[in-house]
Amino acid sequence: MKETLLAARGVSHAFAGTPVLTAVDLALRPGQLLLVVGPNGSGKTTLVRILAGVLAARSGEIELAERPLSAYTRREVARRLAVVPQEMLVPFPYRVREMVAMGRAPFLGALGREGPRDREVVERALASLGLTLLAERIFLTLSAGEKQRVVLARALAQESPLLLLDEPTAHMDLGHRVHTFEWLRAWIAAKPLERGVLLVTHDLLLAVRFADAVVLLDRGRVVAQGEPCEVLTPERIGAVYGVDTTVTEDEAGRPLIVAVRSRIRYPEPSDGSNL
Amino acid sequence: MKHATRPTQVLLLLSALLFAVTVLSLAFGSAERASSEIVLQIRLPRVLLAALVGAGLATAGALLQALLQNPLADPYILGISGGAAVGGVAALALGAGVGVGAFSVPGFAFLGALGATGLLYAVAGSVGRAPTHSLLLTGVVFNAFASSVIVFVVTATDLSRMAGIFLWLIGSIRLVDFYLIAGVALLLGLGLGVGIYHAYALNLLSQGDEIASHLGVDVVRVRRRVLLATSLVIGASVAVSGLIGFVGLIVPHLLRLVVGSDHRLLVPASALLGASFLMLADTLARTILAPTELPVGALTALVGGPLFLLLLRRELARAAP
Repeated sequence: MKETLLAARGVSHAFAGTPVLTAVDLALRPGQLLLVVGPNGSGKTTLVRILAGVLAARSGEIELAERPLSAYTRREVARRLAVVPQEMLVPFPYRVREMVAMGRAPFLGALGREGPRDREVVERALASLGLTLLAERIFLTLSAGEKQRVVLARALAQESPLLLLDEPTAHMDLGHRVHTFEWLRAWIAAKPLERGVLLVTHDLLLAVRFADAVVLLDRGRVVAQGEPCEVLTPERIGAVYGVDTTVTEDEAGRPLIVAVRSRIRYPEPSDGSNL
Repeated sequence: MKHATRPTQVLLLLSALLFAVTVLSLAFGSAERASSEIVLQIRLPRVLLAALVGAGLATAGALLQALLQNPLADPYILGISGGAAVGGVAALALGAGVGVGAFSVPGFAFLGALGATGLLYAVAGSVGRAPTHSLLLTGVVFNAFASSVIVFVVTATDLSRMAGIFLWLIGSIRLVDFYLIAGVALLLGLGLGVGIYHAYALNLLSQGDEIASHLGVDVVRVRRRVLLATSLVIGASVAVSGLIGFVGLIVPHLLRLVVGSDHRLLVPASALLGASFLMLADTLARTILAPTELPVGALTALVGGPLFLLLLRRELARAAP
């Protein structure tokens, strides 16, 4: 068994001279749902792109299953790691089933001929995210939350042991968000020695109740990482997000965070007017 | 299963259509009673060439649309045909007409198409998906530039060829010998082969480089190969027929409406329907004003121009919230 599924070691990156990530270390272990959180512009999406191998970091190493990411071909990476990016653009009217079937790409031959097993996996992925009835719909006509479920189903159809999710629930309603987090837990629990999820989200208060570990980023640096209750203290949340919170533990030992009031104060307009 | 047989049915249907249009095109012409000589020696080569050029332009359109992630891409509108024309004219001016070899015009046209594609990427495609308006503007400028270069070269070398060049710029299917047709067929087959081979990767690439990369596509390699194939097809088509516009827009668009946007089906289907489309257009072009011939490019633009504006309107409406 591998100790880590995915690891970043000393990853630093900069855009046009401005540092975005500085010496980031993190490790995702089998069976874990690792939450990566931080305020706007803290470098979360850049980190995901570097972890997925579509952006080369200025310095540092990424290891996938304890081998350098650069030692894999794109196809090999796609069989081990499925990515749900934050933004996507689909210029052509693909159907939902076609979109999900694209998850089978890393397993198909050059002409892209799908076998019976590929079709079976696609149907299962559709079913497990409640998309069977939407399968013939045109992807572009779905609501934003439904689109996110389709992209999640596509990642599932990749059958990779590792999911890298960037804001996968941002457009979902509360019910679907909770369901997605529960579903991710169940997905890991089905094969806890192989599977892991790295989840980037702003939905801190809800997502933390499903996480095994948290990495807290601020301005490109890891401020703290470890058990949710240890990382997410009111002091740290206040310092990083600028919001007062109360943090308690429920009977299962999971943090219950309640946002009380914001500390963010913009400078007053110079003429003294307000609104 | 329904999904396994449908692509085959579509391709069979389009093949049947191609056959019917071929027969029709051979049967109609300006001669009132066509002898077998007219059919075999005049109409057949021309019908074959129309089919090849139509297939090439439609395929190139489908491939470009996927690569540029934009259903409005077309080799003519984007100025890639213009680049090919510059190459072709340069070859003619350098004396290809007097026996440098039948492949020098297609060869130079290929280089011209490749150069235009490279410029298009350098200007509009360097930042992921280029917005529609910047693609179109790049094409407008390329086309204006290419026309100037062509007029300049022609004026500087041989004014008596002006009329022929004019026909070429509008785009027309003319009589050529069988060797040239065989050459075009070869280049087209090669380009189409590469396009079909990578058709599935194009489904993924049409959603952006990063998505394709996440799904295991070697983006740089596929993109390079498909661009080369597209330039090859456009070069060959333009070399023998000039600037026939909008085929690469009309044909894939009609197909997307009917068979969807899976490029595994769309690319070969575009080749088949493109062949039928241009054969039919050319038959019309040489019969409706008989005995005078209309350049077929004028006819395709007559259909394609309004359709393009319609599509552009819809695209802009979708882009604006």
